[in-house]
Amino acid sequence: MKYLKKVRDKVSRYRFLFEELTLRDFKQKYKRTVLGMGWSLLSPLLQLLVMSLVFSQFFGRNTPHYTIYLFCGNLVFSYYRESTNGGMNALMANAQIFTKVNVPKYLFLLSKNVSSLINFGLNLCVFFLFVLFDGIAFGPHFLALLYPITCLVVFNLGVGLILSALFVFFRDITYLYDVFTLLLNYMSAIFYTVESFSPTVQRLFLCNPIYCYIKYFRVVVLEGNIPSLPFHLLCAFYAVAVAAIGGFIYKKYNHTFLYYV
Amino acid sequence: MAIIRADGVSIRYMTGDFKDIGLKEYVVRRLQGKYQVKEFWADRDVTFALEKGDMLGIIGTNGAGKSTLLKAVSGIMVPTKGHMEINGTIAALLELASGFDKELTVRENTYLRGAMLGYTRKFMDEKYEEIIAFAELQDFQDRPFKQLSSGMKSRLAFSIACLVNPDILILDEVLSVGDGAFRKKSGDKMRQILSGGVTGILVSHSISQVREMCNKILWLDHGRQIYFGDETETVCNAYEEFLITKRLPDNWEDMERMSAATLTRKEQDARTARSEEARKLESLLESGQSESAVEAAVCILRRQRPDLLSIEARCEDPSSHKH
Repeated sequence: MKYLKKVRDKVSRYRFLFEELTLRDFKQKYKRTVLGMGWSLLSPLLQLLVMSLVFSQFFGRNTPHYTIYLFCGNLVFSYYRESTNGGMNALMANAQIFTKVNVPKYLFLLSKNVSSLINFGLNLCVFFLFVLFDGIAFGPHFLALLYPITCLVVFNLGVGLILSALFVFFRDITYLYDVFTLLLNYMSAIFYTVESFSPTVQRLFLCNPIYCYIKYFRVVVLEGNIPSLPFHLLCAFYAVAVAAIGGFIYKKYNHTFLYYV
Repeated sequence: MAIIRADGVSIRYMTGDFKDIGLKEYVVRRLQGKYQVKEFWADRDVTFALEKGDMLGIIGTNGAGKSTLLKAVSGIMVPTKGHMEINGTIAALLELASGFDKELTVRENTYLRGAMLGYTRKFMDEKYEEIIAFAELQDFQDRPFKQLSSGMKSRLAFSIACLVNPDILILDEVLSVGDGAFRKKSGDKMRQILSGGVTGILVSHSISQVREMCNKILWLDHGRQIYFGDETETVCNAYEEFLITKRLPDNWEDMERMSAATLTRKEQDARTARSEEARKLESLLESGQSESAVEAAVCILRRQRPDLLSIEARCEDPSSHKH
Protein backbone atom coordinates (compact mmCIF):
# COMPACT_ATOMS: atom_id res chain seq x y z
CA MET A 1 0.00 0.00 0.00
CA LYS A 2 2.71 2.39 1.06
CA TYR A 3 4.66 1.58 -2.07
CA LEU A 4 1.61 2.24 -4.23
CA LYS A 5 1.12 5.61 -2.62
CA LYS A 6 4.74 6.46 -3.25
CA VAL A 7 4.34 5.58 -6.91
CA ARG A 8 1.17 7.66 -7.18
CA ASP A 9 2.91 10.62 -5.58
CA LYS A 10 5.74 10.34 -8.05
CA VAL A 11 3.38 10.10 -11.00
CA SER A 12 1.42 13.18 -10.02
CA ARG A 13 4.63 15.05 -9.24
CA TYR A 14 6.33 14.36 -12.53
CA ARG A 15 3.35 14.22 -14.87
CA PHE A 16 3.72 17.83 -15.95
CA LEU A 17 7.43 17.40 -16.65
CA PHE A 18 6.73 14.21 -18.58
CA GLU A 19 4.13 15.94 -20.73
CA GLU A 20 6.41 18.88 -21.42
CA LEU A 21 9.35 16.64 -22.31
CA THR A 22 7.16 14.60 -24.63
CA LEU A 23 5.95 17.72 -26.38
CA ARG A 24 9.52 18.92 -26.72
CA ASP A 25 10.72 15.64 -28.21
CA PHE A 26 7.81 15.65 -30.61
CA LYS A 27 8.56 19.17 -31.76
CA GLN A 28 12.25 18.43 -32.07
CA LYS A 29 11.54 15.41 -34.18
CA TYR A 30 9.10 16.88 -36.62
CA LYS A 31 10.39 20.48 -36.52
CA ARG A 32 6.81 21.70 -36.66
CA THR A 33 6.33 20.48 -40.21
CA VAL A 34 3.41 18.51 -41.56
CA LEU A 35 5.74 16.78 -43.95
CA GLY A 36 7.89 15.52 -41.11
CA MET A 37 5.02 13.51 -39.78
CA GLY A 38 4.02 12.29 -43.24
CA TRP A 39 7.54 11.19 -43.96
CA SER A 40 7.68 8.96 -40.91
CA LEU A 41 4.63 7.16 -42.36
CA LEU A 42 5.89 7.13 -45.89
CA SER A 43 9.40 5.88 -45.20
CA PRO A 44 8.41 2.42 -43.86
CA LEU A 45 5.98 2.05 -46.76
CA LEU A 46 8.72 2.77 -49.27
CA GLN A 47 10.96 0.32 -47.48
CA LEU A 48 8.20 -2.26 -47.68
CA LEU A 49 7.79 -1.58 -51.38
CA VAL A 50 11.49 -2.08 -52.07
CA MET A 51 11.68 -5.23 -50.00
CA SER A 52 8.60 -6.78 -51.56
CA LEU A 53 9.88 -5.97 -55.05
CA VAL A 54 13.22 -7.60 -54.31
CA PHE A 55 12.26 -10.56 -52.18
CA SER A 56 8.92 -11.58 -53.71
CA GLN A 57 10.86 -13.39 -56.42
CA PHE A 58 12.92 -15.40 -53.93
CA PHE A 59 10.65 -16.05 -50.98
CA GLY A 60 7.23 -14.88 -52.04
CA ARG A 61 6.31 -17.83 -54.26
CA ASN A 62 5.59 -20.29 -51.49
CA THR A 63 4.33 -17.78 -48.91
CA PRO A 64 0.71 -16.71 -49.12
CA HIS A 65 0.09 -13.03 -48.37
CA TYR A 66 3.81 -12.41 -48.65
CA THR A 67 3.41 -8.59 -48.45
CA ILE A 68 1.61 -8.91 -45.12
CA TYR A 69 4.18 -11.43 -43.95
CA LEU A 70 6.89 -8.89 -44.75
CA PHE A 71 4.91 -6.03 -43.24
CA CYS A 72 4.58 -7.86 -39.90
CA GLY A 73 8.31 -8.14 -39.67
CA ASN A 74 8.99 -4.60 -40.81
CA LEU A 75 6.37 -3.13 -38.49
CA VAL A 76 7.78 -4.74 -35.36
CA PHE A 77 11.40 -4.34 -36.30
CA SER A 78 11.23 -0.68 -37.34
CA TYR A 79 9.48 0.16 -34.08
CA TYR A 80 12.20 -1.67 -32.17
CA ARG A 81 14.96 0.08 -34.10
CA GLU A 82 13.48 3.55 -33.83
CA SER A 83 12.66 3.23 -30.17
CA THR A 84 16.05 1.90 -29.11
CA ASN A 85 18.07 4.21 -31.33
CA GLY A 86 16.17 7.18 -29.98
CA GLY A 87 16.39 5.84 -26.46
CA MET A 88 20.13 5.38 -26.63
CA ASN A 89 20.62 9.13 -26.95
CA ALA A 90 18.03 10.04 -24.34
CA LEU A 91 20.43 10.50 -21.45
CA MET A 92 23.30 12.18 -23.28
CA ALA A 93 21.02 14.63 -25.08
CA ASN A 94 19.67 15.79 -21.74
CA ALA A 95 22.96 15.90 -19.86
CA GLN A 96 22.64 19.66 -19.65
CA ILE A 97 19.47 19.20 -17.67
CA PHE A 98 20.17 16.37 -15.27
CA THR A 99 23.53 17.80 -14.23
CA LYS A 100 21.77 20.98 -13.13
CA VAL A 101 18.37 19.91 -11.90
CA ASN A 102 17.38 16.91 -9.86
CA VAL A 103 14.88 15.06 -12.03
CA PRO A 104 14.35 11.32 -12.49
CA LYS A 105 16.50 10.38 -15.45
CA TYR A 106 14.25 7.65 -16.83
CA LEU A 107 11.72 10.37 -17.74
CA PHE A 108 13.93 11.39 -20.65
CA LEU A 109 13.76 7.86 -22.01
CA LEU A 110 10.01 7.53 -21.46
CA SER A 111 9.25 10.81 -23.23
CA LYS A 112 11.47 9.82 -26.14
CA ASN A 113 9.64 6.52 -26.42
CA VAL A 114 6.25 8.16 -26.65
CA SER A 115 6.92 9.62 -30.08
CA SER A 116 8.19 6.32 -31.45
CA LEU A 117 5.13 4.60 -29.97
CA ILE A 118 2.85 7.07 -31.72
CA ASN A 119 4.73 6.42 -34.93
CA PHE A 120 4.23 2.72 -34.40
CA GLY A 121 0.50 3.28 -33.84
CA LEU A 122 0.22 5.14 -37.15
CA ASN A 123 2.08 2.40 -38.96
CA LEU A 124 -0.18 -0.16 -37.31
CA CYS A 125 -3.21 1.59 -38.81
CA VAL A 126 -1.64 1.43 -42.26
CA PHE A 127 -0.84 -2.21 -41.60
CA PHE A 128 -4.49 -2.96 -40.87
CA LEU A 129 -5.48 -1.20 -44.09
CA PHE A 130 -3.12 -3.48 -45.99
CA VAL A 131 -4.55 -6.50 -44.20
CA LEU A 132 -8.03 -5.41 -45.23
CA PHE A 133 -7.03 -4.91 -48.86
CA ASP A 134 -5.32 -8.26 -48.94
CA GLY A 135 -8.63 -9.92 -48.11
CA ILE A 136 -7.70 -11.29 -44.69
CA ALA A 137 -10.72 -11.56 -42.40
CA PHE A 138 -10.71 -9.38 -39.29
CA GLY A 139 -11.93 -11.06 -36.15
CA PRO A 140 -12.00 -10.68 -32.38
CA HIS A 141 -8.75 -12.66 -32.21
CA PHE A 142 -6.98 -9.51 -33.50
CA LEU A 143 -7.43 -8.14 -29.99
CA ALA A 144 -4.75 -10.61 -28.89
CA LEU A 145 -2.26 -8.37 -30.71
CA LEU A 146 -2.41 -6.09 -27.70
CA TYR A 147 -0.34 -8.67 -25.86
CA PRO A 148 2.78 -8.64 -28.05
CA ILE A 149 2.47 -4.86 -28.41
CA THR A 150 2.55 -4.45 -24.64
CA CYS A 151 5.50 -6.81 -24.39
CA LEU A 152 7.26 -4.95 -27.16
CA VAL A 153 6.78 -1.58 -25.48
CA VAL A 154 8.24 -2.89 -22.23
CA PHE A 155 11.03 -4.69 -24.06
CA ASN A 156 11.97 -1.56 -26.01
CA LEU A 157 11.98 0.50 -22.85
CA GLY A 158 14.28 -2.01 -21.20
CA VAL A 159 16.69 -2.05 -24.12
CA GLY A 160 16.52 1.75 -24.17
CA LEU A 161 17.47 1.90 -20.50
CA ILE A 162 20.44 -0.38 -21.01
CA LEU A 163 21.62 1.35 -24.16
CA SER A 164 21.27 4.89 -22.86
CA ALA A 165 23.30 3.97 -19.78
CA LEU A 166 25.95 2.23 -21.87
CA PHE A 167 26.10 5.19 -24.21
CA VAL A 168 26.99 7.46 -21.31
CA PHE A 169 29.90 5.19 -20.40
CA PHE A 170 31.05 4.20 -23.89
CA ARG A 171 30.46 6.60 -26.74
CA ASP A 172 31.30 4.12 -29.47
CA ILE A 173 28.41 1.89 -28.48
CA THR A 174 26.36 3.55 -31.21
CA TYR A 175 28.52 2.01 -33.98
CA LEU A 176 28.59 -1.37 -32.34
CA TYR A 177 24.84 -1.22 -31.93
CA ASP A 178 24.37 -0.41 -35.61
CA VAL A 179 26.18 -3.62 -36.47
CA PHE A 180 24.14 -5.50 -33.90
CA THR A 181 20.89 -4.14 -35.32
CA LEU A 182 21.87 -5.26 -38.79
CA LEU A 183 22.63 -8.73 -37.49
CA LEU A 184 19.36 -8.83 -35.59
CA ASN A 185 17.53 -7.76 -38.73
CA TYR A 186 18.84 -10.77 -40.65
CA MET A 187 18.22 -13.09 -37.72
CA SER A 188 14.61 -12.12 -37.25
CA ALA A 189 13.18 -13.87 -40.31
CA ILE A 190 11.70 -10.65 -41.59
CA PHE A 191 11.75 -11.48 -45.29
CA TYR A 192 12.33 -15.24 -45.26
CA THR A 193 10.51 -18.11 -43.63
CA VAL A 194 12.04 -20.45 -41.06
CA GLU A 195 10.28 -23.56 -42.38
CA SER A 196 13.25 -24.49 -44.55
CA PHE A 197 15.49 -24.86 -41.48
CA SER A 198 15.77 -27.98 -39.33
CA PRO A 199 13.52 -28.10 -36.20
CA THR A 200 16.54 -27.49 -33.94
CA VAL A 201 17.47 -24.29 -35.76
CA GLN A 202 13.83 -23.26 -35.77
CA ARG A 203 13.83 -23.58 -32.00
CA LEU A 204 16.99 -21.48 -31.82
CA PHE A 205 15.08 -18.66 -33.49
CA LEU A 206 12.95 -18.48 -30.35
CA CYS A 207 15.99 -17.14 -28.49
CA ASN A 208 15.50 -13.92 -30.42
CA PRO A 209 12.82 -11.81 -28.66
CA ILE A 210 12.13 -9.72 -31.76
CA TYR A 211 11.49 -12.87 -33.76
CA CYS A 212 9.02 -14.01 -31.10
CA TYR A 213 7.04 -10.79 -31.28
CA ILE A 214 7.00 -10.88 -35.07
CA LYS A 215 5.90 -14.51 -34.98
CA TYR A 216 3.06 -13.64 -32.63
CA PHE A 217 1.81 -11.05 -35.14
CA ARG A 218 2.02 -13.54 -37.98
CA VAL A 219 0.22 -16.29 -36.11
CA VAL A 220 -2.66 -13.97 -35.29
CA VAL A 221 -2.93 -12.14 -38.59
CA LEU A 222 -1.96 -14.76 -41.14
CA GLU A 223 -3.01 -17.99 -39.44
CA GLY A 224 -5.99 -16.57 -37.58
CA ASN A 225 -4.77 -18.30 -34.41
CA ILE A 226 -3.65 -17.38 -30.94
CA PRO A 227 -0.25 -18.78 -29.89
CA SER A 228 0.18 -21.25 -27.04
CA LEU A 229 0.50 -20.33 -23.38
CA PRO A 230 4.23 -21.13 -23.13
CA PHE A 231 4.83 -18.81 -26.06
CA HIS A 232 3.00 -16.06 -24.19
CA LEU A 233 5.18 -16.67 -21.18
CA LEU A 234 8.31 -16.53 -23.30
CA CYS A 235 7.27 -13.15 -24.74
CA ALA A 236 6.58 -11.74 -21.29
CA PHE A 237 9.81 -13.21 -19.90
CA TYR A 238 11.99 -11.38 -22.44
CA ALA A 239 10.23 -8.07 -21.82
CA VAL A 240 10.34 -8.29 -18.02
CA ALA A 241 13.91 -9.55 -17.91
CA VAL A 242 15.29 -6.79 -20.11
CA ALA A 243 13.29 -4.11 -18.31
CA ALA A 244 14.52 -5.42 -14.96
CA ILE A 245 18.15 -5.31 -16.07
CA GLY A 246 17.70 -1.78 -17.41
CA GLY A 247 15.95 -0.63 -14.25
CA PHE A 248 18.69 -2.14 -12.11
CA ILE A 249 21.41 -0.34 -14.08
CA TYR A 250 19.61 2.97 -13.72
CA LYS A 251 19.09 2.49 -10.04
CA LYS A 252 22.69 1.50 -9.46
CA TYR A 253 24.34 4.18 -11.59
CA ASN A 254 21.76 6.93 -11.05
CA HIS A 255 24.30 9.21 -9.40
CA THR A 256 27.31 8.02 -11.39
CA PHE A 257 26.17 9.18 -14.83
CA LEU A 258 27.11 12.67 -13.76
CA TYR A 259 30.83 11.91 -13.79
CA TYR A 260 30.84 10.72 -17.38
CA VAL A 261 29.14 13.55 -19.23
CA MET B 1 14.00 21.40 13.13
CA ALA B 2 16.81 22.22 10.75
CA ILE B 3 15.79 22.87 7.16
CA ILE B 4 19.17 21.78 5.84
CA ARG B 5 21.60 19.69 7.79
CA ALA B 6 24.88 18.46 6.39
CA ASP B 7 26.66 15.96 8.57
CA GLY B 8 30.28 15.29 7.69
CA VAL B 9 29.51 15.46 3.98
CA SER B 10 32.32 14.33 1.71
CA ILE B 11 31.99 14.13 -2.04
CA ARG B 12 34.36 12.28 -4.28
CA TYR B 13 34.72 12.89 -7.98
CA MET B 14 36.11 10.25 -10.26
CA THR B 15 38.57 11.65 -12.72
CA GLY B 16 40.97 10.08 -15.13
CA ASP B 17 40.96 9.28 -18.79
CA PHE B 18 37.88 7.09 -18.70
CA LYS B 19 35.71 9.81 -20.17
CA ASP B 20 35.10 9.74 -23.88
CA ILE B 21 36.92 6.48 -24.42
CA GLY B 22 34.91 3.88 -26.25
CA LEU B 23 34.22 0.31 -25.32
CA LYS B 24 37.00 -0.94 -27.61
CA GLU B 25 39.56 1.39 -26.05
CA TYR B 26 38.32 0.45 -22.59
CA VAL B 27 38.81 -3.24 -23.24
CA VAL B 28 42.29 -2.67 -24.69
CA ARG B 29 43.38 -0.56 -21.72
CA ARG B 30 41.97 -3.04 -19.26
CA LEU B 31 43.92 -5.82 -20.94
CA GLN B 32 47.10 -3.76 -20.87
CA GLY B 33 46.46 -2.76 -17.30
CA LYS B 34 46.64 0.89 -18.22
CA TYR B 35 43.13 1.73 -17.12
CA GLN B 36 43.31 4.22 -14.29
CA VAL B 37 40.70 6.08 -12.35
CA LYS B 38 41.81 8.80 -10.00
CA GLU B 39 39.88 9.99 -7.03
CA PHE B 40 39.34 13.60 -6.30
CA TRP B 41 37.66 14.80 -3.14
CA ALA B 42 35.74 17.95 -3.96
CA ASP B 43 34.40 18.25 -0.42
CA ARG B 44 35.75 16.74 2.74
CA ASP B 45 33.82 16.49 5.94
CA VAL B 46 31.62 19.56 5.62
CA THR B 47 29.17 20.08 8.46
CA PHE B 48 26.57 22.78 8.81
CA ALA B 49 22.92 23.28 9.68
CA LEU B 50 20.48 25.97 8.61
CA GLU B 51 17.25 26.94 10.31
CA LYS B 52 14.27 28.53 8.63
CA GLY B 53 15.04 32.06 7.49
CA ASP B 54 18.79 31.60 7.49
CA MET B 55 20.83 32.87 4.59
CA LEU B 56 24.12 31.07 4.17
CA GLY B 57 26.94 32.56 2.18
CA ILE B 58 29.53 30.13 0.89
CA ILE B 59 32.91 31.67 0.16
CA GLY B 60 36.12 30.20 -1.14
CA THR B 61 38.46 30.44 -4.07
CA ASN B 62 37.93 28.57 -7.34
CA GLY B 63 37.91 24.83 -6.84
CA ALA B 64 36.99 25.08 -3.19
CA GLY B 65 34.05 22.72 -3.69
CA LYS B 66 31.26 25.27 -3.47
CA SER B 67 29.31 24.25 -6.53
CA THR B 68 29.73 20.57 -5.73
CA LEU B 69 28.30 21.18 -2.29
CA LEU B 70 25.32 22.92 -3.86
CA LYS B 71 24.81 19.94 -6.13
CA ALA B 72 24.66 17.74 -3.08
CA VAL B 73 22.16 20.06 -1.41
CA SER B 74 19.92 20.09 -4.47
CA GLY B 75 20.06 16.30 -4.72
CA ILE B 76 21.88 16.06 -8.04
CA MET B 77 24.78 14.32 -6.33
CA VAL B 78 24.74 12.14 -3.28
CA PRO B 79 27.47 12.49 -0.65
CA THR B 80 30.09 9.76 -0.89
CA LYS B 81 30.35 9.88 2.88
CA GLY B 82 28.25 11.60 5.46
CA HIS B 83 24.64 12.54 5.41
CA MET B 84 22.57 15.35 3.96
CA GLU B 85 19.12 16.07 5.30
CA ILE B 86 16.75 18.39 3.48
CA ASN B 87 13.30 19.39 4.70
CA GLY B 88 11.43 21.37 2.08
CA THR B 89 11.16 22.10 -1.61
CA ILE B 90 14.21 23.45 -3.38
CA ALA B 91 14.54 25.90 -6.21
CA ALA B 92 18.11 25.63 -7.33
CA LEU B 93 19.58 28.20 -9.63
CA LEU B 94 22.69 26.45 -10.79
CA GLU B 95 24.20 28.02 -13.86
CA LEU B 96 21.02 29.71 -14.85
CA ALA B 97 20.95 29.92 -18.60
CA SER B 98 21.84 26.32 -19.37
CA GLY B 99 19.32 23.56 -19.89
CA PHE B 100 17.04 25.49 -22.20
CA ASP B 101 16.16 24.07 -25.59
CA LYS B 102 17.17 26.48 -28.30
CA GLU B 103 14.61 25.28 -30.84
CA LEU B 104 11.61 25.75 -28.58
CA THR B 105 9.91 29.11 -28.15
CA VAL B 106 10.24 31.25 -25.05
CA ARG B 107 6.78 30.19 -23.90
CA GLU B 108 7.51 26.47 -24.31
CA ASN B 109 10.84 26.83 -22.57
CA THR B 110 9.20 28.61 -19.68
CA TYR B 111 6.78 25.77 -19.16
CA LEU B 112 9.50 23.16 -19.54
CA ARG B 113 11.72 24.85 -16.98
CA GLY B 114 8.77 25.25 -14.65
CA ALA B 115 8.10 21.54 -14.95
CA MET B 116 11.73 20.77 -14.19
CA LEU B 117 11.61 22.83 -11.05
CA GLY B 118 8.63 20.75 -9.95
CA TYR B 119 5.68 23.05 -10.44
CA THR B 120 2.28 22.01 -11.76
CA ARG B 121 0.73 23.11 -15.03
CA LYS B 122 -2.00 25.01 -13.19
CA PHE B 123 0.59 26.92 -11.22
CA MET B 124 2.51 27.79 -14.37
CA ASP B 125 -0.68 28.95 -16.11
CA GLU B 126 -1.26 31.33 -13.22
CA LYS B 127 2.29 32.60 -13.02
CA TYR B 128 3.21 32.71 -16.70
CA GLU B 129 2.20 36.32 -17.38
CA GLU B 130 3.97 37.49 -14.28
CA ILE B 131 7.15 35.64 -15.20
CA ILE B 132 7.25 37.08 -18.70
CA ALA B 133 6.47 40.56 -17.43
CA PHE B 134 9.24 40.36 -14.84
CA ALA B 135 11.73 39.14 -17.45
CA GLU B 136 10.52 41.95 -19.78
CA LEU B 137 10.11 39.52 -22.64
CA GLN B 138 6.51 40.24 -23.65
CA ASP B 139 7.46 40.84 -27.27
CA PHE B 140 9.49 37.65 -27.52
CA GLN B 141 7.07 35.03 -26.23
CA ASP B 142 6.73 33.09 -29.47
CA ARG B 143 10.28 33.56 -30.73
CA PRO B 144 12.61 30.58 -30.81
CA PHE B 145 14.88 30.63 -27.81
CA LYS B 146 18.03 30.81 -29.91
CA GLN B 147 17.10 34.30 -31.07
CA LEU B 148 17.37 35.70 -27.56
CA SER B 149 20.45 37.49 -26.30
CA SER B 150 22.30 35.87 -23.44
CA GLY B 151 21.13 38.59 -21.07
CA MET B 152 17.52 37.86 -21.98
CA LYS B 153 18.05 34.15 -21.35
CA SER B 154 19.42 34.75 -17.89
CA ARG B 155 16.59 37.14 -17.16
CA LEU B 156 14.03 34.53 -18.07
CA ALA B 157 15.76 31.86 -16.03
CA PHE B 158 15.96 34.13 -13.02
CA SER B 159 12.31 35.11 -13.30
CA ILE B 160 11.07 31.53 -13.52
CA ALA B 161 13.04 30.44 -10.50
CA CYS B 162 12.17 33.44 -8.37
CA LEU B 163 8.50 34.00 -9.00
CA VAL B 164 7.65 30.92 -7.05
CA ASN B 165 7.77 30.31 -3.38
CA PRO B 166 10.31 27.65 -2.59
CA ASP B 167 11.28 26.74 0.97
CA ILE B 168 14.91 26.65 0.00
CA LEU B 169 16.55 28.87 -2.58
CA ILE B 170 20.00 28.08 -3.91
CA LEU B 171 21.82 30.81 -5.77
CA ASP B 172 25.05 30.15 -7.58
CA GLU B 173 26.53 33.42 -8.84
CA VAL B 174 23.19 34.60 -10.12
CA LEU B 175 22.80 38.05 -8.74
CA SER B 176 24.89 39.47 -11.51
CA VAL B 177 22.28 38.85 -14.16
CA GLY B 178 21.26 41.17 -16.95
CA ASP B 179 21.91 44.89 -17.35
CA GLY B 180 22.10 47.44 -14.55
CA ALA B 181 18.37 48.08 -14.33
CA PHE B 182 17.53 44.41 -14.17
CA ARG B 183 20.28 43.75 -11.68
CA LYS B 184 18.70 46.21 -9.31
CA LYS B 185 15.25 44.70 -9.87
CA SER B 186 16.52 41.18 -9.30
CA GLY B 187 18.38 42.24 -6.18
CA ASP B 188 15.20 43.78 -4.79
CA LYS B 189 13.24 40.67 -5.66
CA MET B 190 15.81 38.52 -3.93
CA ARG B 191 15.67 40.55 -0.75
CA GLN B 192 11.89 40.38 -0.85
CA ILE B 193 11.98 36.59 -1.13
CA LEU B 194 14.50 36.33 1.67
CA SER B 195 12.44 38.52 3.97
CA GLY B 196 9.58 36.09 3.42
CA GLY B 197 11.27 33.45 5.58
CA VAL B 198 12.89 31.37 2.86
CA THR B 199 16.10 29.53 3.64
CA GLY B 200 18.80 30.44 1.19
CA ILE B 201 22.27 29.51 0.14
CA LEU B 202 24.33 32.01 -1.81
CA VAL B 203 27.58 31.28 -3.55
CA SER B 204 29.27 34.44 -4.63
CA HIS B 205 32.67 35.84 -5.36
CA SER B 206 31.39 39.23 -4.31
CA ILE B 207 32.22 39.59 -0.63
CA SER B 208 30.07 42.69 -0.29
CA GLN B 209 27.06 40.70 -1.45
CA VAL B 210 27.70 38.07 1.19
CA ARG B 211 28.17 40.74 3.87
CA GLU B 212 24.92 42.37 2.89
CA MET B 213 22.67 39.35 2.55
CA CYS B 214 23.93 36.52 4.71
CA ASN B 215 23.65 35.83 8.41
CA LYS B 216 25.62 32.58 8.30
CA ILE B 217 28.83 31.91 6.54
CA LEU B 218 30.70 28.84 5.35
CA TRP B 219 34.28 29.11 4.22
CA LEU B 220 35.64 26.29 2.09
CA ASP B 221 39.16 25.82 0.84
CA HIS B 222 40.10 22.92 -1.41
CA GLY B 223 37.11 21.03 -0.09
CA ARG B 224 37.99 21.53 3.55
CA GLN B 225 35.77 23.48 5.85
CA ILE B 226 37.62 26.47 7.35
CA TYR B 227 34.69 27.95 9.19
CA PHE B 228 30.97 27.70 9.64
CA GLY B 229 28.99 29.99 11.89
CA ASP B 230 27.37 33.37 12.17
CA GLU B 231 30.39 35.65 12.61
CA THR B 232 29.85 36.92 9.08
CA GLU B 233 31.72 40.21 9.40
CA THR B 234 34.86 38.79 11.00
CA VAL B 235 35.08 35.90 8.59
CA CYS B 236 34.51 38.10 5.57
CA ASN B 237 37.31 40.37 6.74
CA ALA B 238 39.58 37.44 7.37
CA TYR B 239 38.76 36.03 3.94
CA GLU B 240 39.73 39.28 2.31
CA GLU B 241 43.04 39.13 4.17
CA PHE B 242 43.46 35.55 2.97
CA LEU B 243 42.91 36.65 -0.63
CA ILE B 244 45.96 38.90 -0.28
CA THR B 245 48.28 36.83 1.89
CA LYS B 246 47.12 33.37 0.68
CA ARG B 247 47.50 32.09 4.22
CA LEU B 248 44.64 30.24 5.92
CA PRO B 249 43.81 30.96 9.55
CA ASP B 250 44.84 28.22 11.99
CA ASN B 251 42.28 28.96 14.68
CA TRP B 252 39.74 31.52 15.75
CA GLU B 253 42.34 33.92 17.24
CA ASP B 254 44.13 33.83 13.94
CA MET B 255 40.87 34.56 12.18
CA GLU B 256 40.27 37.59 14.39
CA ARG B 257 43.81 38.75 13.85
CA MET B 258 43.32 38.50 10.10
CA SER B 259 40.06 40.34 10.36
CA ALA B 260 41.71 43.12 12.34
CA ALA B 261 44.48 43.26 9.74
CA THR B 262 41.90 43.78 7.03
CA LEU B 263 40.23 46.56 8.98
CA THR B 264 43.55 48.31 9.55
CA ARG B 265 44.45 47.93 5.93
CA LYS B 266 41.10 49.28 4.87
CA GLU B 267 41.46 52.29 7.10
CA GLN B 268 44.90 52.88 5.72
CA ASP B 269 43.61 52.49 2.21
CA ALA B 270 40.87 54.99 2.93
CA ARG B 271 43.38 57.44 4.36
CA THR B 272 45.69 57.02 1.41
CA ALA B 273 42.77 57.50 -0.93
CA ARG B 274 41.75 60.67 0.88
CA SER B 275 45.16 62.26 0.79
CA GLU B 276 45.56 61.18 -2.80
CA GLU B 277 42.37 62.94 -3.71
CA ALA B 278 43.28 66.01 -1.71
CA ARG B 279 46.52 66.22 -3.58
CA LYS B 280 44.73 65.85 -6.88
CA LEU B 281 42.23 68.58 -6.03
CA GLU B 282 44.96 70.84 -4.80
CA SER B 283 46.85 70.57 -8.04
CA LEU B 284 43.64 71.15 -9.90
CA LEU B 285 42.92 74.33 -7.96
CA GLU B 286 46.45 75.56 -8.25
CA SER B 287 46.51 75.19 -11.98
CA GLY B 288 43.42 77.39 -12.28
CA GLN B 289 43.23 81.19 -12.05
CA SER B 290 44.59 81.75 -8.57
CA GLU B 291 41.89 84.19 -7.46
CA SER B 292 38.92 82.05 -8.57
CA ALA B 293 40.57 78.94 -7.13
CA VAL B 294 40.66 80.54 -3.70
CA GLU B 295 37.06 81.65 -4.13
CA ALA B 296 36.01 78.08 -5.00
CA ALA B 297 37.85 76.73 -1.98
CA VAL B 298 36.13 79.26 0.30
CA CYS B 299 32.75 78.40 -1.22
CA ILE B 300 33.25 74.72 -0.49
CA LEU B 301 34.45 75.46 3.01
CA ARG B 302 31.47 77.68 3.69
CA ARG B 303 29.13 74.93 2.63
CA GLN B 304 30.79 71.93 4.26
CA ARG B 305 32.94 73.18 7.16
CA PRO B 306 31.60 76.57 8.28
CA ASP B 307 33.33 76.06 11.65
CA LEU B 308 36.75 76.30 10.00
CA LEU B 309 35.74 79.49 8.21
CA SER B 310 34.55 81.28 11.33
CA ILE B 311 37.92 80.69 12.98
CA GLU B 312 39.63 82.12 9.93
CA ALA B 313 37.21 85.01 9.92
CA ARG B 314 38.01 85.86 13.55
CA CYS B 315 41.72 85.91 12.75
CA GLU B 316 41.18 88.25 9.86
CA ASP B 317 38.86 90.48 11.86
CA PRO B 318 40.59 93.81 11.12
CA SER B 319 40.41 93.36 7.36
CA SER B 320 36.68 92.75 7.47
CA HIS B 321 36.21 95.98 9.44
CA LYS B 322 37.40 98.02 6.53
CA HIS B 323 33.94 98.02 5.00
